[in-house]
Amino acid sequence: MLKIWSMKQQQQQAENAEGAAGKKKKKVTAAQLRVQRDLQELTLGSTMKMSFPNPDDILNFTLTIEPDEGMYKGGAFHFSFNVNQNFPHDPPKVKCTQKIYHPNIDLEGNVCLNILREDWKPVLNLNAVIVGMQFLFLEPNASDPLNKEAADDLRQNREAFKRNVRTSMTGGTVRNVQYERVMK
Amino acid sequence: MASADSSLRWKHLHKVLTKPGPFSDEDWVPGSETISALETSKILGAGGLGCEILKNLALSGFKDIHVIDMGKSPPITFSGIPQLTLTDTIDISNLNRQFLFRQADIGKPKAEVAAAFVERRVKGVKITPYVGKIQDKDEDYYMQFKIVVCGLDSIEARRWINATLIGMVDPENPESLKPFIDGGTEGFKGQARVILPTLSSCIECQLDMHAPRPAVPLCTIATIPRQPQHCIEWAHQIAWQEKRKDDPFDSDDLDHIGWVYNAALERAKQFHIHGVTFQMTQGVVKNIIPAIASTNAVIAAATTSEALKIATSCNPYLDNYMMYAGEEGVYTYTFEAEKKPDCPVCGNLARNMTVDPDMTLQEYIDTLGDRPEAQLKKPSMRTEEKTLYQRFPPQLEEQTRANLQRKLRDLVEDGQEIAVSDPAYTIDFRYRLLFK
Repeated sequence: MLKIWSMKQQQQQAENAEGAAGKKKKKVTAAQLRVQRDLQELTLGSTMKMSFPNPDDILNFTLTIEPDEGMYKGGAFHFSFNVNQNFPHDPPKVKCTQKIYHPNIDLEGNVCLNILREDWKPVLNLNAVIVGMQFLFLEPNASDPLNKEAADDLRQNREAFKRNVRTSMTGGTVRNVQYERVMK
Repeated sequence: MASADSSLRWKHLHKVLTKPGPFSDEDWVPGSETISALETSKILGAGGLGCEILKNLALSGFKDIHVIDMGKSPPITFSGIPQLTLTDTIDISNLNRQFLFRQADIGKPKAEVAAAFVERRVKGVKITPYVGKIQDKDEDYYMQFKIVVCGLDSIEARRWINATLIGMVDPENPESLKPFIDGGTEGFKGQARVILPTLSSCIECQLDMHAPRPAVPLCTIATIPRQPQHCIEWAHQIAWQEKRKDDPFDSDDLDHIGWVYNAALERAKQFHIHGVTFQMTQGVVKNIIPAIASTNAVIAAATTSEALKIATSCNPYLDNYMMYAGEEGVYTYTFEAEKKPDCPVCGNLARNMTVDPDMTLQEYIDTLGDRPEAQLKKPSMRTEEKTLYQRFPPQLEEQTRANLQRKLRDLVEDGQEIAVSDPAYTIDFRYRLLFK
């Protein structure tokens, strides 16, 4: 024990310690610090916006994607992000807050994106997630279906799928499901 | 054994503590002083390796042992009917490996029963149990111990105790540095490590090494389940949200588990999958990895022998990481995990910075750019509860811009810690703002 204390003292002398610590207060958590850094390093194109219902809480926010090309062009899609204190060990929880017609997003708003679940690694950051989300709207992927009907449509008839996307985005009904209007 | 002569019981331990061995330090003084150092060391054992750690500490000669066992007390029911609980009270399935418990103890809190058992068997040891979470306790509580030994069951709990113990280190008070010994097991695999907060590599330094738990792609669960576990995940993740949206899922509520179990059974039937059981449902939703008694014993022994070596200095302690693999034969490997210079917890400890509380945040930020120790040109910063200024994304910048014109005294308290990130540096900085 004594040995360890003297090691600490030596380290301290070497660093020329500053004064005694003030009264202990709550410290910024590792998750908050990582999110602060991740936010600062984001590259948001003109197609993405973020909003923070409570600016003091950077662990909960909304991302809006407004694709300017592809089948979902013209829409505004909202996603809630919930980052917990175990970030970046745990991935952020992302959900679509609207009911949309998309092969990789189900009617409850669950998103099938590999890096949000099975392929998440702590070295990934929020920017990687946001880029992945944007990609889902440029290239919906029929091989990872969460909305099975939408995936089948995409696989069997791409043109019909495109028409369904347009119908759903204006608040129409596709295969007996009414979707939310998401046009800008 | 209870009646055995106590000098016999400690014979072998005293051999180690009364004469130097080939590896003991030159400065080390064996004998009664060392033994009394051991006996007066107040030590904390926490977490799921509880039984093993407690028994080992008591038999290593520690006399003042505190134990925290995560777990909740049984829920209070108003109907008056006792309910089967899934909490950290003793369950019949624990008896195969948690050797301090007997059939008659089923339903009682683990920490208390274990403490009473060990006190009965090892005369002269005082065990203070606490039933609750490690997060219930604050720095003042942890300050009383000499050494903290943990066998926690989650990364989250490890990160918490790690950050707490590192935050407690006060350069003026060497006793504030609590050696932290961490043990963990997962089936046949295990690890033990010694962390000297702020001196050696910490949990957060090696966070990337802990693989997040393997997850099945959501689309597999949603569309093409192949295993009974997929059906359970579907019921838990998808069906629950759809059908019971406003009812937060509680993995300790038997009704909830029962609902998920039935939904999973139904789905398994549809896809002709066999093997969904209630027990498997519990295992999947609570993410239980079967505990192997021998792995726990090996790892608990490794952690507690480190505690003995650190408390008495009788032999060199582990520097600093030991991995154990018992799936195919037995393999261990020891290496020194390195301290990460940009570790968000121990990489840059909070420094004191004296500031004029009447200065605005903008003025303060300007001084950060000039101060030779900082030189931060584009900082974003926050306290635990407040975003002071965030430069990007633009929406948040707009929302926090007004703070720039406010005085420091209106934004932070005297002595409060702020965390600063700047794109020019890969590390983050922590400053404790002391008012002039």
